[in-house]
Amino acid sequence: MPFPSFSRRGFLQTGAALAGSAALPRLAHAQSGMTVGFIYVGPKDDFGYNQAHAEGAAAVKAMAGVTVVEEENVAETIDVQKSMESMINFDGASLIFPTSFGYFDPHVLTVAPKYPEVRFEHAAGLWSEGMPPNIGSYFGYIGMGQYLNGIAAGNATKTKKIGFVAAKPIPQVLLNINSFLLGARAVDPTITCQVIFTGEWSLAVKEAEATNALADAGCDVITCHVDGPKVVMETAAGRDCFICGYHANQSALAPEKYLTGAEWNWAGVYTGFVQTMLDGGTIGNFVRGGLSDGFIKMSPLGPAVSDASRAQFEAVKAEIMLGGYAAIKGPLKDNTGAEIAAAGQSFLETDIALESMGYLVEGVIGSTS
Amino acid sequence: MTDQSAPATALVATGSDWRAPLARRAEGIVLPLAAMLAGFAVFSLFLLVQGKSPVTFFGLVYQAGFGSAFSVQNTLSRTAPLLFAALCVALPARLGLVVIGGEGAIVLGGVAAGALGVVLAGQSGALALPLMALTAALIGGLWIGAVGALRYYRGVNETIASLLMAYIAIALMNHLVEGPLRDPASLNKPSTAPLPDALRVGDMPGWDVHWGLPVGILGCIFAWALIDRTTWGFAARIAGGNVRAAEVQGLPVGRLILGFTGLGGAFAGLAGFFEVAAVHGSANASLASGYGYTGILIAFLARHNPLAIIPVAILLAGFEASSGLIQRRMDLPDATTLVLQGFVFIAILLSDTLYGRFRLFAPERWRSA
Amino acid sequence: MNDLGLWVIPLAILGGAIRVSTPFLFVSLGEVLTERSGRINLGLEGTLVFGAMAGYAVAYLTGSPWLGVLAAAAAGSVFGLVHGLICSLPRVNDIAIGIAMMILGTGLAFYFGKPYVQPVAPDLPSISFGAWSDVPQVQAALKVNVLFLIGAVAAVALWWMFRATKVGLIIRVVGDSTDAARAMGLRPAMVRTLATTAGGAFAGVGGAYLSLFYPGSWNEGISSGQGLMAVALVIFARWNPLACFGAALLFGGAGALGPTLQSVGISQGYYLFYAAPYVLTLGVLIATSSTKRAMTGAPGELSITK
Repeated sequence: MPFPSFSRRGFLQTGAALAGSAALPRLAHAQSGMTVGFIYVGPKDDFGYNQAHAEGAAAVKAMAGVTVVEEENVAETIDVQKSMESMINFDGASLIFPTSFGYFDPHVLTVAPKYPEVRFEHAAGLWSEGMPPNIGSYFGYIGMGQYLNGIAAGNATKTKKIGFVAAKPIPQVLLNINSFLLGARAVDPTITCQVIFTGEWSLAVKEAEATNALADAGCDVITCHVDGPKVVMETAAGRDCFICGYHANQSALAPEKYLTGAEWNWAGVYTGFVQTMLDGGTIGNFVRGGLSDGFIKMSPLGPAVSDASRAQFEAVKAEIMLGGYAAIKGPLKDNTGAEIAAAGQSFLETDIALESMGYLVEGVIGSTS
Repeated sequence: MTDQSAPATALVATGSDWRAPLARRAEGIVLPLAAMLAGFAVFSLFLLVQGKSPVTFFGLVYQAGFGSAFSVQNTLSRTAPLLFAALCVALPARLGLVVIGGEGAIVLGGVAAGALGVVLAGQSGALALPLMALTAALIGGLWIGAVGALRYYRGVNETIASLLMAYIAIALMNHLVEGPLRDPASLNKPSTAPLPDALRVGDMPGWDVHWGLPVGILGCIFAWALIDRTTWGFAARIAGGNVRAAEVQGLPVGRLILGFTGLGGAFAGLAGFFEVAAVHGSANASLASGYGYTGILIAFLARHNPLAIIPVAILLAGFEASSGLIQRRMDLPDATTLVLQGFVFIAILLSDTLYGRFRLFAPERWRSA
Repeated sequence: MNDLGLWVIPLAILGGAIRVSTPFLFVSLGEVLTERSGRINLGLEGTLVFGAMAGYAVAYLTGSPWLGVLAAAAAGSVFGLVHGLICSLPRVNDIAIGIAMMILGTGLAFYFGKPYVQPVAPDLPSISFGAWSDVPQVQAALKVNVLFLIGAVAAVALWWMFRATKVGLIIRVVGDSTDAARAMGLRPAMVRTLATTAGGAFAGVGGAYLSLFYPGSWNEGISSGQGLMAVALVIFARWNPLACFGAALLFGGAGALGPTLQSVGISQGYYLFYAAPYVLTLGVLIATSSTKRAMTGAPGELSITK
């Protein structure tokens, strides 16, 4: 005999089941609908990575016949394995979004084979042949967003030096740093980008210190790739630097200083996935999308963006929307002098090779280890 | 236990003094249990004040922590690292030392096991696994043993030294797994190279719980035997009561301190080994997930009795196992478990003041006149 | 903007020292007060975190950062009072209670802090002492928060209190010998409880600085162990409030080292640079501890130095 649960949801289910058994089988079917679980590695209102996913979850919650269950601050340990299983066993979740990269290997890979009827949609993972077929990995070409951030930054910088507060030197972060600088260099090829790694995804004091160090080093436009950009944005604006957002829209934190931002647009993606499953379709195991697919979006340009900057920004954005854009293109060297791309060679935004990037391009001050 | 009623007095009067030693032991069980219940009561008030139902809360704890086969296995699979971490606190505590930096030994033990596993790839598990476990234990033992050495030879406070060393250990671990020991193929989650299947610790047959649990339980039994049944343990208890008196009596206080801190650290190192070999499959930043700190709580709740650590660790693991369901069903934040732990911890420590206050537990009361 | 080359390093360390040191300063002053009375409160980390949350929440709700600071001080004194009262009971271990209060304080802060992760609260004001310079980095480094100045004044005031006032003398006597204090007709438990309460208020203010000025927002990762490090710092400072001020500056500066070295191109092994404050504390502890003699300045009744 399972322990009685007094939650509202449980009550609704019981009520629906009773109603269903009495006279309304169709209603019961609709009510029993689908339960979707979301798991976040941090707080879901962090102005950043987790908030972006939680906004997607909120959109799913609004769909008819769908119940959403969420858990925050779930560690990348046995914790997440058991959270996923708990959502399946107690809430009947049939689709789970474990949203942190570190959940993938080994945790999602361990749990998925035990529950072949449940779908696991993991952000940023690299699903490949031979992995359980009920896992999907999806991600967006957010590097293009950072490239557009770079265009705005390149137009705004007076010192010709822009800054990047980064968590760890991993491919996703390196791609963002490189894209940010290359965007700025599309405006002025003499611009350099200083990067400072904090070593942690969320560590407020270090992020603030890194931002100050960037400002001290003369950077006057700053962006970041940490889980919650709030501290970086506020500190940079306090040092009179322009800011470019990341993950979510941070313009509310310093509207006068906010140029634009590279945002995830998970609402469209997640409702799309859920609708596919409701319709009985299948989601691809390896899904990627960019600006034109609605996977990412740009924050509205701020008041500090000049007309010339705006024109260039919109032009490049329109080009990216056509698809097949390449930010990483030859001739290009990394910042140790090794060649990345010969003249004429280019890596399209869709190129899977970009997801194992291990270099910083020429003009980035910093090192990858 | 029994109340102070007439029949009991009658028994004493008839000269049966077998209850005398029992009374002292009963005190050590009844008081902590009562204190724990008092902690639960205070926490229940805390919930009631906010209009949340304690009945629902503890119901969900039962349901998600102990109420089904899945729940029990969820709880038990979280127990192993807690047992080891608690031993790392309980053993030095016998000497009156408060070591709170077991986390450091866990992460370094894990890194050592992961790195050695890479070297030993291709060897049989029967050879490699014990070697990895021993190395992890050795590194952990040296790390916490150093805390003991600093205490004995330099008079450095062990509580603060162990904590500082935990921060240093985590920095070292991050440096190693992102630098010299990083597997280049570990893209977005820097890790050591994955252990081959032969070098993985699996689950117990028929259980979704890995072998760390029985090893941890054996460790607790071993530690109990050492403390309760050997002259070493006896000497340690004397030294814990009064170091100077122990030295006057010619007890090897230095060796006792090094031995007990070293052994505690070795257990913590084993926690790291099992995290790497049974859960993660490689060493990475997720090794620092706070088990060392939960271990402090468990050791104090168990009054540093290694046998009592086993049920207390299972209870705490049960609370952690139910944390997710409580988040989802009661809309309480994940920190609720932390608040509960805080109340219970304080209640247990408060009960220290009650020892010897109740005549019920006084051996003299039960001794024949 | 000027390119200062390697001059950026000392400048950033100075700036970092001023920015980062304030929480260390307040917590260590609070701990000095507590430890001088003969108790140790390891729970100040939890008090700091709760103070950060309470200060942020009240500042957001009332629109006044100073009310936030007051709220943080009040909350901190409640935590201190609880610690002090519990430790007044016989056979209760003050170190263990501290660890428990740390868990409870952090837990309550996270529990009640959820709704305040997102909102933006008003910051505490700061005073610019760098207007004489036309170098923006100097101006930025010398933008000093009012709480830092209050902390500096408090350090001097506490130093004077211990040296020259009756209250200071009472605390010192109680801290050095319970028996002597009793003989003088003092009530050691009450003095210690009051000292711990005041110490908690200091730690709460340290937390308010974190959330209301630097880094200036509330989240669960706001403290990276400052409350605990400050306890170690007190031993380093030999229970002298003035030395606490110096030690806090040193630790703030050490914390700025990692990011600054990266900004001048020394980027390898940054984790190890980030560990600098911890290594420094440990090194100082090892260098200044001794088994032979009681530490100079150590209160005789203090459990950690006995």
